[in-house]
Amino acid sequence: MRSSTTAKFDIGENEYQPVNGLITRTRPFTGADKLFEIQLPDGEELGHQPGQFVQLLVPGVGEAPFSVTSSPTKPGPFELTIRAVGNVTRALHNMEPGDTVGIRGPYGSGFDPDVFEGEDILFIAGGIGLAPLRSMINYTLDERERFGELTTVYGCKEPVEQLYPDELEEWAEGDAMEYFETVDQCPQDQEWDGPTGVITSIIPEVDIDVETTKVLVCGPPVMYKFVLQELDEMGVPDGNIYLSLERNMHCGRGLCGHCQINELYVCTDGPVFHYPVVRDKQEAEV
Amino acid sequence: MKVIDKPEFEALLDETIASDRRDVVGVQDDGEKYVFDDLRSAADLALEYDVTMLSPKKYLMPQRETILEYRDTDGEFEWRAKAEPDGKVIVGIHPYDLVAIEQLDKIFIDTLRDEPYRQKRENSLLIGANMQDASETAFAASMGTATTDSGYDLMLTDLGETYAVNIGTLEGKEFLNSADVRKATAQEVQEVERIEQEDVPDLFERELDFSPALLPTILEENYDNMEFWEDYSEKCLSCGTCNMVCPTCYCFSVDMIRDLGTNSGRESRRWDGCLLEDFASVAGDENFREEVAERHRHRFMRKGWYIYERYGDIACIGCGRCTSECVADVADPCDVYNKLHQEVQAHAQ
Repeated sequence: MRSSTTAKFDIGENEYQPVNGLITRTRPFTGADKLFEIQLPDGEELGHQPGQFVQLLVPGVGEAPFSVTSSPTKPGPFELTIRAVGNVTRALHNMEPGDTVGIRGPYGSGFDPDVFEGEDILFIAGGIGLAPLRSMINYTLDERERFGELTTVYGCKEPVEQLYPDELEEWAEGDAMEYFETVDQCPQDQEWDGPTGVITSIIPEVDIDVETTKVLVCGPPVMYKFVLQELDEMGVPDGNIYLSLERNMHCGRGLCGHCQINELYVCTDGPVFHYPVVRDKQEAEV
Repeated sequence: MKVIDKPEFEALLDETIASDRRDVVGVQDDGEKYVFDDLRSAADLALEYDVTMLSPKKYLMPQRETILEYRDTDGEFEWRAKAEPDGKVIVGIHPYDLVAIEQLDKIFIDTLRDEPYRQKRENSLLIGANMQDASETAFAASMGTATTDSGYDLMLTDLGETYAVNIGTLEGKEFLNSADVRKATAQEVQEVERIEQEDVPDLFERELDFSPALLPTILEENYDNMEFWEDYSEKCLSCGTCNMVCPTCYCFSVDMIRDLGTNSGRESRRWDGCLLEDFASVAGDENFREEVAERHRHRFMRKGWYIYERYGDIACIGCGRCTSECVADVADPCDVYNKLHQEVQAHAQ
């Protein structure tokens, strides 16, 4: 994976200079998540790699890291999917198209598409973990001929948590990719006609070449151990697995220390890690 | 090596205080502790000190500093990164603190550019002072940091009526230009060597039982020794004082601050520390280092192993500040290192 520690927009007096990001569109999903489309000055592209993140600043409130959810193959504004769980994210949810935020980045080491060229890929997403993976999923769909068989497994706690419903429908109905989904449970006030059960219950249904398929995983912290155990039982070699991990970050540049997993910095060594790199790191919790 | 009479050095310093656009700060006795503080007169300088409460890191990476301002003027939204170039003339830095600054330079200037740090550092003049006293919790001699031949612009050694002055940089040499200095005699050069080799090591009451080069290995081998880390951290209050007083700790948090009643404000960064309970927590109830034993372990691993892996430095310089300032009286790296070494030896037998 390529490591990029310097921001593209290194234009100010120091490395903490953001640029204006104009919110051009928002789209709420049925749960606590909302999609934000953000345009940079002069229509400039973010120039990110799938899996990379930006630092987003809400004036007067704070800043936080967010994985870019749109693929770099999509021209124009980029997209973030944000769950309202803290000060910054709640403030963001109250913002509207026409409002301005600050953007620094892109930062970190993402999924390098060249590494996956010609390979079969299985994406495993849990909950909001689909947001970072969608960047790579849509990349592979947009440049479909460069990759082998594509499969996505998506698990949520309950149906209202599902993101990007239109795209999920396309993935399910189209021929470009095999798509499987599940929810842990369906409360009575919600509708669901798919399978019920935790994500590991549908992974064995997936028809992949376990020896060669690259597996890209992103989900809530509690998910990794179980998914990795399942993949191990299926016979997927550790070396074929890539994880995108989430930690607290304040600088995005390998300095502030909050995101450390043992000696690794998630903001520069990750957030996407080749599994063998973090397998024996106790603080990775994988 | 140069030699300057003490009154001549004091006159030079007073002249600097009067004319240099930078603040001149130096070690002073504030009645209870030695501290680096603004120097009003060279006569206030206390170079015979044991240790200062905080290291001069506080001038290069202040406890709080603005790194960004924002303004909303009639719909025109503007962010402006800040890097205050307020370097200082810092007088009386002990060698271990110079070593710590060199480590920060490697990270904040040479490896990952950090403009707020770089501006302050490159505009500062560092005048070191060889140790004449040591705190009872210090073990710098064991860490190889009780003397240093780099990291300073000038280095003073007290020779009674005079200071021997080692020149480390051109800027240091130019600082002496207006003063009456002479070349050191062979006896004076030998006397400085003798002080560094004999007097300075004798100042320390504590020592490591092994070479610090073994630290990364010893820490790695004790990573899973949770019984040790739990025992050690049992009385810890998670106050983070050990982080705050450490000259090599550089973790920080960034806060957004709104100027009340306006559409403007700033981002300010402040010291933060891995012993504080929420240091590794993320929004949504997840704390990746929830147990105090995990936080202690992380701090030690970082000091003696992780930073070494990344930058080649042992990030404990043996100043003993964490031990002397610990509120619960538990922080004691020298004792921890020696015990971990014993554990490894016991395990090997």
